[in-house]
Amino acid sequence: MAAMESIASPLLSMRAISKAFGGIPALSAATLDVAVGEVHALIGQNGAGKSTMIKILTGYVARDAGEILFDGAAFEASSPQDAQAKGISTIYQEINLVPYRSITENICLGRESRRFGLLDWPAMHDEARALLSRFKIDVDVRRPLMRFSTATQQMVAIARAIGFKARLVIMDEPTSSLDEREVNVLFDVIRQLRRSGVSVIFVSHKLDELYAVCDRVTIMRDGRTVRTSEMKDVSKVELVASMLGRDVAQVAKSATAFGGPSTHIGATMLEASHLSAGHKVHDVSFSVRKGEIVGFAGLLGSGRTETARVVFGADPVRSGALTFDGASFAPRQPEDAIGRGVGFASEDRKLEGIIPDMSVAENLTLALLPQLTRAGVIDAARQRAVVLKFISSLGVKCASPDQPIRELSGGNQQKVLLARWLAMGSKLLILDEPTRGIDVGAKAEIQRIIKQLAEDGLGVLMISSELEEIIEGSDRVFVLREGRSVAELPHGEASEAAVMAAMAHGEAQPAEQEHA
Amino acid sequence: MAQAEIANPGVSRRRDWRPFLSRYATLGALIALILFNLAITNNFASWRTLDVNLTQVASIVIVGVGMTLVIATGGIDLSVGSLMAIAGALAPIIFLGKIYKIPEIHLAVAVAMVVSILVAGAFGWFNGWLITRFRIQPIIATLVLFIAGRGIAQVSTNGNLQPFKLDEFQWIGLGRIFAPGNPTVNGFKGIPDQVLIMVVIVALAAWALNRSLFGRQILAIGGNERAARLAGVPVATVKRWVYCISGLCAGVAGLVHIAINSSSDANLVGMGMELDAIAAVAVGGTLLSGGRATVMGTLIGALIIQLVRYTLLANGVPDDAAKLVKAALIVAAVWLQGRGRA
Repeated sequence: MAAMESIASPLLSMRAISKAFGGIPALSAATLDVAVGEVHALIGQNGAGKSTMIKILTGYVARDAGEILFDGAAFEASSPQDAQAKGISTIYQEINLVPYRSITENICLGRESRRFGLLDWPAMHDEARALLSRFKIDVDVRRPLMRFSTATQQMVAIARAIGFKARLVIMDEPTSSLDEREVNVLFDVIRQLRRSGVSVIFVSHKLDELYAVCDRVTIMRDGRTVRTSEMKDVSKVELVASMLGRDVAQVAKSATAFGGPSTHIGATMLEASHLSAGHKVHDVSFSVRKGEIVGFAGLLGSGRTETARVVFGADPVRSGALTFDGASFAPRQPEDAIGRGVGFASEDRKLEGIIPDMSVAENLTLALLPQLTRAGVIDAARQRAVVLKFISSLGVKCASPDQPIRELSGGNQQKVLLARWLAMGSKLLILDEPTRGIDVGAKAEIQRIIKQLAEDGLGVLMISSELEEIIEGSDRVFVLREGRSVAELPHGEASEAAVMAAMAHGEAQPAEQEHA
Repeated sequence: MAQAEIANPGVSRRRDWRPFLSRYATLGALIALILFNLAITNNFASWRTLDVNLTQVASIVIVGVGMTLVIATGGIDLSVGSLMAIAGALAPIIFLGKIYKIPEIHLAVAVAMVVSILVAGAFGWFNGWLITRFRIQPIIATLVLFIAGRGIAQVSTNGNLQPFKLDEFQWIGLGRIFAPGNPTVNGFKGIPDQVLIMVVIVALAAWALNRSLFGRQILAIGGNERAARLAGVPVATVKRWVYCISGLCAGVAGLVHIAINSSSDANLVGMGMELDAIAAVAVGGTLLSGGRATVMGTLIGALIIQLVRYTLLANGVPDDAAKLVKAALIVAAVWLQGRGRA
């Protein structure tokens, strides 16, 4: 741990940065200072201005006011490429790579080694291998990227960014698709970067990670910088409180907003026995009752999402049986499952949830639309009424129902996607990582909504990689491991130790050690 | 004014302007072209000019409407020219009674029109079936009928020209409504029937795209197909219908074409039409990757291309050179789109 006394040599200094979109301020006089060889956390709720700050730094959008100094000189990037050439690389949340091409090609894209005007493949393969070895990854760099796990792909993205001899690396939620081992590898890499004098701006919603790897933290709220501090001088609760702009005492109570088990659990609604499908689901059995939140726990690749997709009819089932509402259930298309009253919110909102160019109203009513039409013509008045009802009942923050959904924050997009199914009067909701990539405040809101839905009698199947969410939110937890359901734990028995033991070994023995 | 807006579409600082700008940029370009012609082209402000241009543009617009819907789903339809040829070959075979003589000529013409348009639509549906059933990329799937379609038309006519002179049929390409009894007070000859058909199809499609379930589902699929499927949009069904509609439009355009020429030549009907239609769609501001589409834009786009060609011809520039200008227009349109998105 290289403790930072003061900023002896600032590498980056962003001063009084302001930016407005369509008259609405996104940043008002925000500041950010990063020292040489420092890992600097940048945190805040969605809409706090973190992304805008980064986009301005990397030349993705132009600022309205303020100045940027990089390495002592005024800094101006006209595009992310330009910023990269000048020493600032960015690793985005979404993986921006070419899946069909080899790892080497992905790493060397845009700066290929040439010899006599031809590509120098041996040199490029060597370079790719050398880079990846820094990340302790040993793979065949000639194989197409899509053959590798998401985690490896993410590592390739990081390696690619660092390969540009960057002086400052911006990591926007780099760990969101990594498992624990890979996170540790990433942290090693970050520490190594720090030792070699490279600075890192680290954006993450996972607070533990910040303490594990960051030296200092800048907290943003409502477009302003509200606090900059040494990481060791600030407690987790203080961080959350600063982000939310609330009292410390208020925040300290609970990690999630589910609050206790559900009270009105009814009859079994969905029953799955011995499902198998694709390469990842081998033998999964579980059930969901009316008014119950069932949690799916498991490591990456344990088959949780794949099981959910089968239940929703998005992927074909190979064997096993499903019953829903007492009758057999074999959806072959999402339409079939939707018709029976099942809704599904994918883990990847951008890729599988929203239609980015369409309005909030249209995204919200996408599934309901057939019911809002007469002779194929949309009843605009009824559509608007439905939309307004859910915007107000779920507290969706948008300029108007006609605002394109891509302009909303992640939390508000998620609310719209929840409303898509609530408007349908769905009986069972499958929520895959419902709070991923959503800031702390909106996360609690989403959790409260989920809880309320269960209280209202919906069945909820919730997949989450956050243990807290699974343990505090679920009335029952099913643990999946390598495509098999290995444990069923009711609310009281689902301790962190028990769930983790099941995820790791396939058995939840240490139930007695719960109060360790 | 209009030109200043076209020149600087990205300059606006406020994001919300951009859709408006990219939308009105095309309209602005059309107006600028008209003003330009009023200034330099002799006798431009005449009914005759309007008549010639609208008559020539009608079939491109009709095909372009179908193409707009296809492109809105994120696809493309290369087969439209060949489907025009099929419809154009089939209709004379029926109304000339080459296989079975229908005694009542009006009935014969009606059957000929309906059957040939429906056959074109059926081939379009086949395109959609290939694309959705086997997940073939649209550009490849429609290439099948681009090649085979014209072959079908040629085989069914043995490669012969089919000449005819039949007012009961040719109204679709030569007829006019509101024609003044005594020709020409200032050259007005009535509104060509195909222009009326074009207007009806454009209006219907523009309305449907914005207000109907089908239209919104088309745009949802083009905007994010995976999300649309997971929201229960019947992706395969919608796509098949879209390609079917594109085929129907091509069928209508094929009939207009042979009616104007008083003959059907399977080698020539609809030749190069797919590219003209795609160009009109692109210039009109529809996003070629799908999800954002404007039927009115396609109409304006086709008018711009037509008017540029007319302008050059009327001022003595040869047709070959006019093609270069058309290409430049497409580049400009696509560039504008890129600016609008950024």
